[in-house]
Amino acid sequence: MKPLIKQPQSTALVTQTAQATRRKFLKQSGAVTFSGLAIAMLGGASHAHAAGTSDEAAQQDIRILNTAIAAEHEAVAAYQVGAESGLLSSEVLSVAVAFQGHHKEHVDALVKAVRSLGGTEVEPLAQYQFPVEKLKQQSDVLQFAAGLERGAVSAYAGAIPVFDNRDLAGAAASILADEAMHWAVLRHALGLDPVPGAFFS
Amino acid sequence: MWRIHKYAAGLLLVCGTAVAEAGGGDLVTASAQGEQVYARCAGCHSPDRNRAGPMHCGLLGRLSGTVEGFSYSEAMRQAEITWNTETLDAFLEDPTGYVPGTSMGISGISDAGQRQALVAWLSTLTIGSALCPPGAKP
Ligand code: HEC
Repeated sequence: MKPLIKQPQSTALVTQTAQATRRKFLKQSGAVTFSGLAIAMLGGASHAHAAGTSDEAAQQDIRILNTAIAAEHEAVAAYQVGAESGLLSSEVLSVAVAFQGHHKEHVDALVKAVRSLGGTEVEPLAQYQFPVEKLKQQSDVLQFAAGLERGAVSAYAGAIPVFDNRDLAGAAASILADEAMHWAVLRHALGLDPVPGAFFS
Repeated sequence: MWRIHKYAAGLLLVCGTAVAEAGGGDLVTASAQGEQVYARCAGCHSPDRNRAGPMHCGLLGRLSGTVEGFSYSEAMRQAEITWNTETLDAFLEDPTGYVPGTSMGISGISDAGQRQALVAWLSTLTIGSALCPPGAKP
């Protein structure tokens, strides 16, 4: 039933684009950081840090990526709460676990991108304060998850125009598309119009 | 088509009710609209708890970067902005322009009316209000 995913496409996409960002940065920085360029090219990821930190645009992209990682970690934890709530039917549970898997893949991909830019990724919080007292039946869990996915769509829609690197913006758009699909499926499961409009920001 | 009409009617109803309950006033209408705009913030923020972004309860009058337990950017910690209607309007129009180096890396809200409504709604999040129980105090 579940397709076996060997190389998650989104991970590859974000990694590639992050590498492209680094290449672009290395190209742009020109003669001034030539030795930095040489070191980075020879040394790969571990030396990218030295080159990356001097570039404000790359730093900005790292900050945007890290905020996205924080939100994705939260989604993973939220689905865990939902899955362990004992409120979900086996059918809904399998969907929740699949969606959680997507969010984990988003984290992995975004972490790789941050590292490729020479940054350090944020860690998940030790504890999340979810409104668990409000989760009394399956529909409460679905609503909670739908709210998170809807928020994530907005967050990516807001972040995409701010990325310095257009390839990273493209990769973020592919994550946004996935989360919008989650949102629609959850709304459908709640008996709501799955696609309640033409534009979302 | 009918869905759109139903939705629009629902919105009117929501605003109408809010105004009626609070005895009218432009600010109340604005704040009801602002709550809708807050959907754009809800991916990272909740009024009463820290998430990817800091909690918003008690925002008005607070010094930037000071919610306990939230890990701010260096830039926000050093910005020393007191959040009020003017500073919030400026920040929300262009977050990365107003606080360069902020980790709230999103494009701003270009519509001044939407920003005004949003700030009106944020101003209702005083500690002790419905969405901000006293325990939510940073
Ligand atoms: C992509 C996630 C994200 C979205 C969406 C987002 N924020 Fe933020 N917000 C953050 C982060 C992260 C910070 C901390 C910024 C820093 O430390 O530089 C922050 C900080 C703030 C602050 C400063 C708070 C303080 O304690 O000093 C305000 C005010 C704020 N956000 C309002 C909003 C509003 C209003 C919206 C909706 C229009 C919004 N944010 C949307 C992530 C987000």
